[in-house]
Amino acid sequence: MTVGAPARAWTHRHLLDVDTLSRPEIERVLDLADEMREARETRAYRSLLDLETVALAFYEASTRTRVSFELAAKALGATVVDLAVERSSAGKGESLVDTLRTLRRVGATIVVLRHASAGAPYLAARETDLSIVNGGDGTHAHPTQALLDALTLREELGLLDGRLLAIVGDVAHSRVARSNIHALTTLGARVRVAGPPAWVAGFEQWAGVEVASSLPAALEGADAVMTLRVQSERGAVDGVGSLAAYVRDWRLDEERMSLAKPGAPILHPGPTNEGVELTAALANGPRSRIGRQVEHGVTVRMAVLALVAGVA
Amino acid sequence: MNEAGFGRLTDPPASLLVAGARVLDPAHGTDEVRDLGVVDGVVVDAADVPADASRIDGHGLIVAPGFCDLHAHLREPGDSAAETVASGTRAAAHGGFTTVCAMPNTDPPIDEPRRVEDLLAASRDAACRVRVIGSVTVGRSGTMVADLAGMAAAGAVGFSDDGSAVPANGIGEALRSLATLDRPMFEHAEDPGLAAAGELRAGATASTLGLAGWPAEAEITVVERDLALAAETGARIHLTHLSCARSLEAVRRAKADGVRVTCDVTPHHLAMPETWVAGDRAFAWESPRVDASLAFDPSCRVNPPLTTREDAMALLACVADGTVDAIATDHAPHPSERKLVPFDAAAPGLIGLETALSIGLVAVEAGVLPMAALIAALSTRPAAIIGEARGIRVGATADLVVFDTAARWRVDRSMIASASTNTPLLGMTLPGVVRLTIANGRVTYRA
Repeated sequence: MTVGAPARAWTHRHLLDVDTLSRPEIERVLDLADEMREARETRAYRSLLDLETVALAFYEASTRTRVSFELAAKALGATVVDLAVERSSAGKGESLVDTLRTLRRVGATIVVLRHASAGAPYLAARETDLSIVNGGDGTHAHPTQALLDALTLREELGLLDGRLLAIVGDVAHSRVARSNIHALTTLGARVRVAGPPAWVAGFEQWAGVEVASSLPAALEGADAVMTLRVQSERGAVDGVGSLAAYVRDWRLDEERMSLAKPGAPILHPGPTNEGVELTAALANGPRSRIGRQVEHGVTVRMAVLALVAGVA
Repeated sequence: MNEAGFGRLTDPPASLLVAGARVLDPAHGTDEVRDLGVVDGVVVDAADVPADASRIDGHGLIVAPGFCDLHAHLREPGDSAAETVASGTRAAAHGGFTTVCAMPNTDPPIDEPRRVEDLLAASRDAACRVRVIGSVTVGRSGTMVADLAGMAAAGAVGFSDDGSAVPANGIGEALRSLATLDRPMFEHAEDPGLAAAGELRAGATASTLGLAGWPAEAEITVVERDLALAAETGARIHLTHLSCARSLEAVRRAKADGVRVTCDVTPHHLAMPETWVAGDRAFAWESPRVDASLAFDPSCRVNPPLTTREDAMALLACVADGTVDAIATDHAPHPSERKLVPFDAAAPGLIGLETALSIGLVAVEAGVLPMAALIAALSTRPAAIIGEARGIRVGATADLVVFDTAARWRVDRSMIASASTNTPLLGMTLPGVVRLTIANGRVTYRA
């Protein structure tokens, strides 16, 4: 390929989580994503995956992740099929493994899998000879989101060594938070998590993570802040009081953000509930990198697909 | 595994000589190297064995009383895709067991005398004795106490709603009924509200993997409840597959207070800590060895969930000191389609009859479990709980297992007699090969 960085070790056929990636491997993804963005004008990579068929198997709803994987695969020249679970045999009760084996037989080589069950991509990787990219599994992992967040933070802050990221909200039920903790601590950052007690329970045991007991304590001195989606449509505010109480205690606003480092960027994995996780003014203001995260989503996923296909 | 090498309880009685084996018999406190003779299914002086009888070189072998599993799922009636009496008892014989207690959560459940009789009739020519545990409540529904006296008369050796605890509003009546029958109630100690949808013991591994945590309190509260009720009613209670150190502490105290309580732990809770769900494949007493590609292995999904390393070591210590009466397998066969699904959707349970001895021997080799305690927990002590005699003495019916502690075997599908192969031990090489099992005087397995 013409956009190749000096080749560095990448031995993974799958991307199941970021916890098994070394720092050089994570940096390889981010560097390659930067190259993909710079090469967009020339489309130098447009036939990189022309031998691959990428199947999108999304067993949970998604806009950002599914569309950005589709665009990423197409930008690299792959054939792309969307399983459209609700219209396929999977919707008739066919097992995940059977569906994936069928996809393999019809020619798919890479499957991007999103599933409500934690660990579903591990099953897929063991039981098929497909290359599996985890597009989010239950409350376990969302590796490409963590990688695009890391790219967004690196763009803002440079090297992340010693930097402090605050993650606010329902950390316990967040695959985004878990994968971010792995990625950012591997890159040398410290992570502080905060939210209602039931939403941060257990994280004091994680290496490199501190649990803050209040929003001000979480934001104090943070180099960047990520707030997570409150999944009120799933009844996720149960057990932590009302949505109003959450907003009162945990919503990011201009005044609270003044505790963080000046200009500290705000990230959100989307879709946002403006007025719940953060004010509309913050979401649309100069600190917000929410739009930039979405842009990085495509290039990071291009890099990941090229790496698992072994062509970068 | 084909059927070659297996026998049945209806076969002619055996005559053979095991020469120079280590005979380890907790019933008589003996541990000595000697010749052991069997003629027409009865233990005799070696000198009385006819010269033409089959002879086994016992060098390096241990002879022990036949093993007794207090907790197995034979899946009959109703689930022959997972197991049958025939396949399950062959698995038992292959693992050195001469008795298995069949749990009643079948389809239909064993909840009336006729069904006890049917299962006993179906087991008459099996490869080990099958003892029947009857349901505590009709249909295992937890609402109405079943005909316990009738089932006891039909041959049930105990009662259980295994799969669930008996609910608080039925347990008192059930225990008062049992107090007059001298049959233990086998309790699956788990509070459904506290357990919620827990998939893995609450803690670091569950947090890392994003799996719903199962709190130890789900077990401990039911253990404490049952111990109080057993003390009050005088009924016998047997707490099965305990997985928490605090449960064992409660049992220890209750035993000291004279409560009629016994308990068992499983080989998997002793040996395979919760980190196995993250891909660890080292036993509890070893340093972790994690292969992340094995994470979320559905064969590690079990209820109660795999325990913490600390609790596993506490369970082992309680087997060694006798607080735990028995090692019971909770052999739970499932066909692959129930396990080839994501972790949270996998049917809970793993097979255990053919690997229980081997896991115990790994612990013995590691120096964390005395051999005598292992043998007693597999044979004489569980047998006593259901009123079966054990012991290797001249004049007694031969009921024994002969195994090689040094030989190793690779656990793979072709080596398993069970109709199901759901165990995370597949592919591992373990010590302990059974050479001979004799149940009720008949050779039920010979390698």
